[in-house]
Amino acid sequence: MAIIEIENLTYTYPVENFPALHGVNLRVEEGEWVVVSGENEAGKSTLCCIIAGLIPSVYRGKLEGTVRLCSLDVCQASRKDLIHRVGMVMQNPFHQISGGRFTVAEEVAFGLENLGVPRPEMHWRVNDMLAQVGIAHLARCSPFSLSGGQQQLVALAAALVMHPEVLVLDEPTSQLDPQASQKVLAVVQDLQKQGLTVVLVEHRLEWAAEFASRLVILEKGTICADGLPAQVFAGLAGRASGVHFPAVTLLGFQARREGLWPAGRPLPVTIEQAVRGFRR
Amino acid sequence: MSVPSIWVNGVSYRYPGGARALKDITLTIEPGSRVAILGHNGAGKTTLVRHFNGLLTPTQGEVWVGDFNTRRSAVEELSGRVGYVFQNPDDQLFAKTIQEEVAFGPRNLGYDSSQVKVLVQSALELCGLGALADRHPYDIPWTKRRWAAIASVVAMDTPVLVLDEPTAGQDARGLERLRHLILQQSAQGKTIIAISHHLTFCAENFIRALVLRAGEVLFDGDFLTAFCQDNLFNEADLQLPQVTQVGLKLGFKQPVLTIPEFLAAYRQYLSDRTVISEE
Repeated sequence: MAIIEIENLTYTYPVENFPALHGVNLRVEEGEWVVVSGENEAGKSTLCCIIAGLIPSVYRGKLEGTVRLCSLDVCQASRKDLIHRVGMVMQNPFHQISGGRFTVAEEVAFGLENLGVPRPEMHWRVNDMLAQVGIAHLARCSPFSLSGGQQQLVALAAALVMHPEVLVLDEPTSQLDPQASQKVLAVVQDLQKQGLTVVLVEHRLEWAAEFASRLVILEKGTICADGLPAQVFAGLAGRASGVHFPAVTLLGFQARREGLWPAGRPLPVTIEQAVRGFRR
Repeated sequence: MSVPSIWVNGVSYRYPGGARALKDITLTIEPGSRVAILGHNGAGKTTLVRHFNGLLTPTQGEVWVGDFNTRRSAVEELSGRVGYVFQNPDDQLFAKTIQEEVAFGPRNLGYDSSQVKVLVQSALELCGLGALADRHPYDIPWTKRRWAAIASVVAMDTPVLVLDEPTAGQDARGLERLRHLILQQSAQGKTIIAISHHLTFCAENFIRALVLRAGEVLFDGDFLTAFCQDNLFNEADLQLPQVTQVGLKLGFKQPVLTIPEFLAAYRQYLSDRTVISEE
């Protein structure tokens, strides 16, 4: 069943003349992991805010077309109905810290507290989530004393602790090193295997391509490619799209140009595929 | 004025009430060099570079910028020598327009108004902000704001330029622009120091790698030597560039950093295989 259904969406921010997104159609099935990429200002973060239900309830502006999340129309559904179903980690985690709480543990508990979850369950869920994302040792720190990467982990824990059906991640690892990033993606992958639907905005497709079954590319507010990562890369190869190809895919592309990679063989997306393809 | 280099002499640093972030670091950065600082989150990268312009002063040891000891110099004195671009532009930007923001630095360094104009114009163009000069920094997307932060430091025309995580959040075009900026500034004889997790970008555009782990220098030398050291990147919790990894898995004799290097080594690999199979 499609958990996200977007039809003929066109959206314009309040003070802007041109739409940030136009003519967007996207159906995401339950349990899918979709990676969204594309050059800066292609509309990726706007799409995240729409899926997370922040547009038009928070950001206003002019929205045409329909956006349904878990069969709820985001234009009509209340925040309360949406908040159970979709969690989001914003590009800048700083924007997401409530500021009304003193410690990381309290910050992560904020959403549950507002929903009136009983205290013992809340403590258990918060501690469990802090351990899962690897920040249990920061539970008593002030969220504002943390590094950018650590704040990203707090924002992720705060989103996941709500047990959402859909998780929207807007460049959630931009301030983390590769090891920490992969750890975050592994936590998300575990949950995705249990049925969580994931929409991840990411430039660094080197790792994303290993996790994702589907890659969507935005260009100037419209979807210009949507499919298996290898197919999408093959379609975009050689044209300027602002897409940050995995290095192994670029390697395969150049090798094919120089006759070192057979024309019929799909371009590699992962290191293993490249090694297998080059080994003779 | 001669171009200053940086001399870090036996530096340890402890955050107030916190753990030791740097442990007995000694190194010299020559004028005109390009140095990439690598390491895991919390390895001390940002703490180290904040010593280069006096934002932090060592708990032990000393840091010299040219003939200025940072402990005895004011941040204002050092700001004409070392330009530092923060990791988060929101820590740095404050003016009402991008133009104003970028002009603030050179104006305060005492350039006359015509020089300021030239410096601002060229920094804006280099950073792709020409069309946004009159916009408010917080009305433009975060990635553009990062470029505004870079432009505001580039416009100060300091002999040393320090970039903290400039590759984060950049798309392919952004990385290309960054590459151009680094090489252009380097060609003017400036010293470029960058912190980055993007090993491929660093290997392609920097010469010297400084690898930190838990506040100590784990490796200091050129990138090729770094890649030849078997366990270095494992120990530093860093990931080798994908192209290098594929080369290693295929058993190339030398580590390869770039796609042309890979393809040259691969041709050699194929011809070696042919010889073996003919034998």
